Amino acid sequence: MSILARPATRIAKTGTRRRIPMPRRLRGRFSLLFGSFLLLIMIVLCVGAPLFTRYDPIEIDALNPLLPMFSPGHLFGTDEFGRDVFARVLYGGRYDLAIAFAATFVTLVVGTLMGLIAGHVGGRTETIIMRIVDLFFAFPFIVLVIAIIASLGSSLINLFIALWVVSWVSYARISHGQTLSAKRYGYVVAATALGFSNLRIMFAHILPSVLPGVIIFAMVDAVGNVLLGASLGFLGVGIPQPTPEWGSMIAEGQNFILSNWYLSIMPGAALVVLGVALSLIGDGLADMLRTNR
Amino acid sequence: MAGFAGLGRRLVQMIPIIIGITIVSFVLIRIVPGDPATLILGNHYTPEAAAAINTNLGLNRGILYQYWVFVKSALSGSFGHSYSIGDSVGHLIWQGLGRTLFLIVMAGIFTAALAIPVGLYAGLHRGRIFDQTTRVLLLVGYALPGFLLGVLLILVFGVKIPILPINGFGDGFLGHIQHLILPSITLAVPFSAVLVRSLRASVIEAMTADYVTTALLKGIPWHRVVSRHILRNAGMSVVVVFGVNLAFLVGGTVVIENVFSVPGIGSLLVSSVSTRDYPVVQGLTLVFAVFVLLVNLLTDMVHVAIDPRLAVA
Repeated sequence: MSILARPATRIAKTGTRRRIPMPRRLRGRFSLLFGSFLLLIMIVLCVGAPLFTRYDPIEIDALNPLLPMFSPGHLFGTDEFGRDVFARVLYGGRYDLAIAFAATFVTLVVGTLMGLIAGHVGGRTETIIMRIVDLFFAFPFIVLVIAIIASLGSSLINLFIALWVVSWVSYARISHGQTLSAKRYGYVVAATALGFSNLRIMFAHILPSVLPGVIIFAMVDAVGNVLLGASLGFLGVGIPQPTPEWGSMIAEGQNFILSNWYLSIMPGAALVVLGVALSLIGDGLADMLRTNR
Repeated sequence: MAGFAGLGRRLVQMIPIIIGITIVSFVLIRIVPGDPATLILGNHYTPEAAAAINTNLGLNRGILYQYWVFVKSALSGSFGHSYSIGDSVGHLIWQGLGRTLFLIVMAGIFTAALAIPVGLYAGLHRGRIFDQTTRVLLLVGYALPGFLLGVLLILVFGVKIPILPINGFGDGFLGHIQHLILPSITLAVPFSAVLVRSLRASVIEAMTADYVTTALLKGIPWHRVVSRHILRNAGMSVVVVFGVNLAFLVGGTVVIENVFSVPGIGSLLVSSVSTRDYPVVQGLTLVFAVFVLLVNLLTDMVHVAIDPRLAVA
């Protein structure tokens, strides 16, 4: 070790001076805990929506349109059809949460398996799978999703189908790369030499080293899926009306942005909180999983 | 020069992908439930027109012939005829493409202007108050949907402080720039969140590198070390991240053009989805993909240009 290997004074000074002290492990835990806490609150509020509001999110109340915030009985006021905005945010969140979990989970499983198979089996299987992945990466995801929905017609299930068809490829690419490097690890080589079956090597030996990267990405991807789903709702090609969904609620509220800003801002804030919660969980997991590796 | 030798090889490698893209765009319109001619015509349906479409697109012939018709129309640049607008699809796309490109270039410039100083400063002063604030803002910026930011900007700059136009494309070069300021900012903020994060990490990594220590011990002033050693090396990884994410920026235009009524290909895509104008959707899918391919190619060339080590490989 020469003196050059140590950072120069200038860097050491800027690097450590007045840094807010927080051990790395604790920071990961904090992000993870706080993110999970936020997410849990959202899940409880949205899934248990009937416990927190007595209003129906779709039923029209022509006598009370566009009530302001904190009106008696209507915490977030009402929209142009007299529907309670608080109820609509809670019920609408069910769809955004469903997109975050169901869309992401399916693509995570399918994509990881595809990458694992491509990387482990190799040869023509690998070429075919990875060329398909390259092909999908050529399209901006949102364009492909919109085109699929345009063809199938807009409904919740078609939105899921479009997301499933399109976004497994990211997982396949990550898992493929990790599998290729895992194949060189001593314990995988040893397992091959011992004559273990392909399935056993793939799932018991390679998969554990593939998973951390995939799971960290899944949190980023979940945020992406939520934003994509909400964008489609905003553009009017997502879940059809009158089903409440945060993206389409923001679009509807846009017409009243001057007088009744909360119609757009409340579902928007809910979206941001969900996104922040998932990002925090992702950051926390990344800190934890990377140090454990 | 080595970059240009690789260019030919890269273009050849793109051919199978482009063929794949045409197949995907072609298949998309075939999975439409129901009779394609009826759906393409929509409200303009007459039995004669339907028969004409069936003959034109070869819908009553084999699937390979239909694919051949599609490829021919794509190669000629016309992409068939839009029945809801009454124009050639190629013409519509060509019209919108320039505007979208304008928007993307402006958004790219805004992103660089925002992300490079913030990422560099945060990385150089790691753990300080600016860095901590940036981390929090990044978290929000990343989770903030572009269209919500767009709506907020419209509220603030279009309505409360009406100094900027909030929709349309404007007239003349300066008019275009003026009209695209808000849409570009809307696109640049989430994109910057991604870039700042990677630039910050690269700067922190570059600061611990031996060549930085060497440069400082040689007595090179700090600002020169930052610009010539740290930023140049950290910049390499940022160019890669920029390129990878440019596809998301292109995708982002689809939403943002609709928020600000910019008449680009993103607006065209959404409006043709709602009018079920399948030839336009099909042509746009193809154009968007080729566009992303070209952008990726360009990024690779820039990367080779600033990192000579890659030209050898």
